[in-house]
Amino acid sequence: MEHIDLSLVDWSRAQFALTAMYHWVFVPLTLGLSFIIAFMESIYVKTGDEKWKKTTRFWMKLFGINFAIGVATGIILEFEFGTNWSNYSWFVGDIFGAPLAIEGIMAFFMESTFIAVMFFGWDKVSKKFHLTATWLTAIGANISALWILVANAWMQNPVGMQFNPDTARMEMVNFWDVLYSPSAISKFIHTTTSGFVLAAVFVIGISSWFLLKKRHQLMAKRSMLVSSVFGIIASITLIVSGDSSARDIAKYQPVKFAAMEALYEGKTQAPLVAIGLIGKLNYDSITKDTKDDFLIKIEIPNMLSYLAFMDPNAFVPGIKDLVLGNEDYNILSVIEKIKRGYVAQQSLKLYKETEKTDKVLHEALKAKFTDSQWLNTYFRYFGYGSYYDDDSKIMESNAFKVVPPVSLTFYAFHLMVILGGHFLLLFLIVLYLVVINRIEKYKIVLYTALWTIPLVYIASQSGWIVAEVGRQPWVIQDLMTTMNAVSKIDSSSVIITFILFAVLFTGLLIAELGIMIKQIKIGPKDGGH
Amino acid sequence: MKFMRNIGKRIYNFYAEGFRTLSPYAKTLWLIILLKLFVMFFILKIFFFRDTYKNRFDGEKEISEHVINQITNTK
Repeated sequence: MEHIDLSLVDWSRAQFALTAMYHWVFVPLTLGLSFIIAFMESIYVKTGDEKWKKTTRFWMKLFGINFAIGVATGIILEFEFGTNWSNYSWFVGDIFGAPLAIEGIMAFFMESTFIAVMFFGWDKVSKKFHLTATWLTAIGANISALWILVANAWMQNPVGMQFNPDTARMEMVNFWDVLYSPSAISKFIHTTTSGFVLAAVFVIGISSWFLLKKRHQLMAKRSMLVSSVFGIIASITLIVSGDSSARDIAKYQPVKFAAMEALYEGKTQAPLVAIGLIGKLNYDSITKDTKDDFLIKIEIPNMLSYLAFMDPNAFVPGIKDLVLGNEDYNILSVIEKIKRGYVAQQSLKLYKETEKTDKVLHEALKAKFTDSQWLNTYFRYFGYGSYYDDDSKIMESNAFKVVPPVSLTFYAFHLMVILGGHFLLLFLIVLYLVVINRIEKYKIVLYTALWTIPLVYIASQSGWIVAEVGRQPWVIQDLMTTMNAVSKIDSSSVIITFILFAVLFTGLLIAELGIMIKQIKIGPKDGGH
Repeated sequence: MKFMRNIGKRIYNFYAEGFRTLSPYAKTLWLIILLKLFVMFFILKIFFFRDTYKNRFDGEKEISEHVINQITNTK
């Protein structure tokens, strides 16, 4: 792969990471706050208490600001797919196109109808009709997120498709396999509930600020009550879905799983590193001599084995087992996968070359692409073929390129988990103090809640770092490397658009923060939308 | 037919009145939305993201040949 400009790949990745991460600054609050608002409005409709209406309208205003600034930021990712990731876009074909089309249509109808009723419909439509629109906005926003998450899950665990060697595209053969793959279900639940937790922290943090300022105290306490209950339910769901997501990763992306724990040597009764500090923070190539380099670590015995395979005695393969192979546990070496992937790649190449020259061979090769045994033996390792080299030494070194950046994946994963625990604890404490009506007395809790707002965004971004950095070098697990996915365009144009996006999104973020802080300081007022 | 016309008029009035009574911060938000969409679709898309395979190649056959060449070359 020497012909590929590495700076192009790096800049394309940086650009996509920048836009995706900025997009994800706006989305989770929309997902979670929409439900919190719906719960608040439900209480208003049930009790007829105008103060609940005022509370609902205040949080709806903040929801509106976040929604307006964030809306359509995801479209930029689609621009990038077309221009910067053309090989990938072509290769995935319908798999990505269909879910994204559904998302686009749903988002359009949802945004132009239900949200309009939410903001314009107060006092114009009946209470119940308005409440229905609020609930549909919340449900619609989350279902809208389903499709992009299904597409992302497919990239982590490609199922329900068949490769067409004539078009070089993946074709969906079973929509339900794509939609209901274990990875898709875990990813959808885990990602949306992370948005719920983020929104709950957001509401509790801002409510804490009001209590610290001794303003709108009833609204603040009521908001805390709704959000802490919502946050606790969401956190528990987040933990359960995270647990099932970890098992999916252990099964379908074992190298990512090993990197999440910086586990180089496989172990039975493997412990989980609860807290750890890795000694060397560099991303130099890993070799067969690389060893664990923890300066300190606190472990929970057997927990990793249980987490991965629901068995405290199970063997969890380490990075070296997965790269070098381990016959005892039936783990194929990466070198073998590279050779098989190379066979698949050469078969495809030959298939194209013989199209007009050798009909018999052409048809024989075509048959391979529908032969399940051949597909399972060779094609499933298609992407590995890109690391093939006639020189066995180079290929041995290439084998370790299937390992993602270990330190970043490890720290992102652990930061996410530790912060997730902090959020659940905060929700429990806040709920207890609100129920006994003493929350305003505990300033330490109020300040902690306020300063947890940036932490929840860090946790949210960390989750995506684990998902996306952890799966490197794959853009589609085992089938396409990031290097092969990128379009061969001038890297200077990618740098220019990177800078433009950085300016545009930073401007949007500043606008969001400016408008939101101003409206929070103004506080709840009647009217206006 | 008259009923449908009334429904249409009511929907139009609903949106029109909603936009007429926007608060100052909401007007700012709409300005940001319109500006953002303009930058995205009339600057970024047209000047920086035109280079797609559908624009670069004549047909799907050429694209598939190019992609196969790209994803099967190890050197």
